[in-house]
Amino acid sequence: MTSFNFQLVIDYLPYFFKGIIYTIGFSIASIVLGTVLGLLIALGKMLPNKLLAAPFKGYVGLFRGTPLLVQILVINFGVVPLILGKSNSIVAGILALSLNSSAYIAEIFRSGIQAVSEGQGEAAATLGLTPNQTMLHIILPQAVKIILPPLGNEFISLIKDSSLASVISAPEVTYWAQAMNAQYYRVWEPYLTSGLIYLILTLSISSILHSVERRLSVND
Amino acid sequence: MIRIEHLQKKFGNSEVLKDINFKVEKNDVVVIIGPSGSGKSTLLRCVAKLENATSGDIFFNDTKMTEEDHKLCELKGKLGMVFQHFNLFPNLTVLQNVTLAPILVKKIDKKEAGKDAKYLLDLVGLKEKADAYPHSLSGGQKQRVAIARSLAMHPQLMLFDEPTSALDPEMVGEVLQVMKKLANEGMTMIIVTHEMGFARQVSDRVLFMDGGHIVEENTPDELFDHPVHQRTQDFLAKVLV
Repeated sequence: MTSFNFQLVIDYLPYFFKGIIYTIGFSIASIVLGTVLGLLIALGKMLPNKLLAAPFKGYVGLFRGTPLLVQILVINFGVVPLILGKSNSIVAGILALSLNSSAYIAEIFRSGIQAVSEGQGEAAATLGLTPNQTMLHIILPQAVKIILPPLGNEFISLIKDSSLASVISAPEVTYWAQAMNAQYYRVWEPYLTSGLIYLILTLSISSILHSVERRLSVND
Repeated sequence: MIRIEHLQKKFGNSEVLKDINFKVEKNDVVVIIGPSGSGKSTLLRCVAKLENATSGDIFFNDTKMTEEDHKLCELKGKLGMVFQHFNLFPNLTVLQNVTLAPILVKKIDKKEAGKDAKYLLDLVGLKEKADAYPHSLSGGQKQRVAIARSLAMHPQLMLFDEPTSALDPEMVGEVLQVMKKLANEGMTMIIVTHEMGFARQVSDRVLFMDGGHIVEENTPDELFDHPVHQRTQDFLAKVLV
């Protein structure tokens, strides 16, 4: 390593900050959309009617079975232009990350829901609760507690995977790292800096989830 | 109140209930005894509609429960059930466990439901535990909360599926005490239990089941003192040491 030039990093910080805003934006939007969508897909997959459940199973199979990078490219150059008339890397990035993570999150939700003991649903049913009320008031609150650790893993993956949006020129952290590399012909400064930024972001979210986990485990 | 006609239940190829017929009238306390695997719990679960009967009919106040499209939640808690493993909702406090169904199903306002729940918790001797979570309770206390939770829907019939089988011996008495109180107040109950002394004290009729059949049905004194069938005699000889 030929002397790490900190001044270069400091000079480039405004761009990295811009990138951080986008990376955080991508991550939060995709976590929220991916979780909501993931829950709906999980519930769809568990429909007793096999025919109705089939599309949801197909969705999970498709998005888990193809590379995220390919999905990003297809959505940016194919799907988004089809809908908006032109490509938009930010819309495409959020869409691809949300759709992809929702497939994984759906499976996490399903495992959590199925881990809640059957007796809970039986007790609720004998009390006259409808299946929807049972899901909302009894099963989901318990399932969320169970799935928090794997959900945390998924969120961390999502933050890191947002770096793939750089290939469609979404101005997030990795995009600016590559731009800095091209501008100064330097390797260590841009890429180590971007790595450190991702590390700070992932450590932050895991500590947030950890404290949520602790709060929820009070009644255990 | 409950009329069961030619009830049959199969799990795959094994026939767990064979041609079950019996009636429970209002204010009756019926106890079902018998060895493990005799179909006692399955029978109770069929009555509670937690299992669908393979054939035969169950009528609850002349409603045909065995109708395909009849859903359990339509009963709105008129048929209360107490489980061996309590099945309290661990995400809710004791008070919330009791008030949840009245608020959601009967649309009773929160304050009213809370008042009723406090009365019921007092009845089962757990008024001071209203704000505790289930995990902090002993088995006996959990089961008493579960009874209060069922009672909150003011059921016409209470089903008890081995309510004391998962309890420490010391905790059995406090649960049976509550059930005795209910019986004395005229609650209609069907109880599956291995507590023979309790069965004798509290029941109007005892059913002895074995191999998916009701082998013998009689008043408790007759059934325990003068069992007619050989199978009943063998069973009682083993359990009444």
